[in-house]
Amino acid sequence: MKRFFAQCYIWLLLVVLYAPIVFIAIFSFTESKVLGNWTGFSTKLYTNLFTGDMQGSGALVSAIENTILIALVAATVATILGTVAAIGIHNMRGKGKQAINFLNNIPILNPDIITGVSLFLLFVFLHISQGYATVILAHITLCTPYVVLNVLPKLTQMNPNIYEAALDLGATPYQALRKVLMPLLKPGMISGFILAFTMSLDDFAITFFTRGTVGLDTLSTYIYTDARKGGLTPELRPLITLMFVGVLVLLIVINIRAMRNAKNNAR
Amino acid sequence: MSRFSKRSTWALPYVIFLVLFVALPLIIIILYAFQDSSGNFSLGNFAKFVTDADAIGTFALSLEVAIENTLICILLGYPAAWILANKKLNRSAVTVVLFILPMWINALMRTLATAELFHMLGIQLGKGTLIVGMVYDYLPFMIYPIYNILSKMDKSYVEAASDLGATPWQVFWKVQVPLSMPGIISGVMMVFMPTVSTFAISEFLTNNKIKLFGTIIQENINSSMWNYGAALSLVMLIIIGITSLLQDNKKEVNGVV
Repeated sequence: MKRFFAQCYIWLLLVVLYAPIVFIAIFSFTESKVLGNWTGFSTKLYTNLFTGDMQGSGALVSAIENTILIALVAATVATILGTVAAIGIHNMRGKGKQAINFLNNIPILNPDIITGVSLFLLFVFLHISQGYATVILAHITLCTPYVVLNVLPKLTQMNPNIYEAALDLGATPYQALRKVLMPLLKPGMISGFILAFTMSLDDFAITFFTRGTVGLDTLSTYIYTDARKGGLTPELRPLITLMFVGVLVLLIVINIRAMRNAKNNAR
Repeated sequence: MSRFSKRSTWALPYVIFLVLFVALPLIIIILYAFQDSSGNFSLGNFAKFVTDADAIGTFALSLEVAIENTLICILLGYPAAWILANKKLNRSAVTVVLFILPMWINALMRTLATAELFHMLGIQLGKGTLIVGMVYDYLPFMIYPIYNILSKMDKSYVEAASDLGATPWQVFWKVQVPLSMPGIISGVMMVFMPTVSTFAISEFLTNNKIKLFGTIIQENINSSMWNYGAALSLVMLIIIGITSLLQDNKKEVNGVV
């Protein structure tokens, strides 16, 4: 009985939480301009989205491309910078280490708007014109701390003698790094990269303040400008639906794999 | 050992990066906040904020909305997290995934979907929709950390307490809640801080009728009132600083993967 009420509560909460998405998904299969007005089944919005055949001629498509490109570049640079930094930090002691850890936590704890405003003022102060480069720099600032925090625990868990042993057995420092250190750090680097990538994809405020006036749009800033113009572009409905389904499938696959691994390990 | 200790220099590029893009920008905020538009030292920006009834009103409203949102998220999220973490009440991992999923979707998209739903149902956008919409956005961020703590919690404490004669109510308040405090605190951090600083989300949910503190900062920066905008940012930074004192500084912030 208790279980029944508990399940009721959980599913009620989920139904309410998912109501907006479900309606968006349903009305992505009709052509009507406003939500709630069903004008017959159609996949026109989906084809419009992929052919870029809509008002604003491909602005949405280029926003999507920008978002992915910026996230890829920022996450890659953040992963390299963060991993090298983590190796350095791990080998530091005392006050210096504390100071770096403190600075490293600032972009995580700071609200995006503060990070955005502070970087905006920095670029103004240094007379740097803003555009692609500043957005990517800002995203690297946002993402690298997460990589550092994901790689550091792997270094702490590692037996330092393994690296020393490789050197004693005649490996060059570069070989020891590639063949010994890197495989051990890989899981941390991967989760750091994924986190960095999603942080960048999700970001709105930092992009908003550092993109300058060159007309650069990511998905977030596109949606923001679009919504302020009044009303949601109908083509955003299939996009929201597709992203949702994509993430759902991804999470289910990850979870099934994790459960399988757990079962295999139990055996 | 000497070979190993030299590797500390590997941190150098990132140290330079942190100084340039994290420390320096914050110093510049402080610099701008204490200057007038011609670059002289001045407390005028803060005087303007304190005497501007609109700005103070917005500031108070932002705090109020953020506190209300956080409390509602705890009230709705704690029972949910407790049920999800309880093996007797919930055996499926699917429900857990469903609660985590929204955290991975672009927040503006989710907010827009919520606003569209209000619109479709003919609900007038205003303070009510603002709070409901924010709860929609941030509830998963409250549930996840509490769920994490509760599912790792040693059940024998609860059993021991009830064996020793504690009532269920006492077990809950004296054992369960104190043990889940770290989860509640990181939930509060993940809900309160974004709500107090948001600007786009509040604009969507109220059709720009209600302004929150973030919107005022954005408007000032965008209309080139950099000094005043920097002063307002500094005020927000202080609020965030006070909130983060809640958290034990030694604890590392865990990423959500």
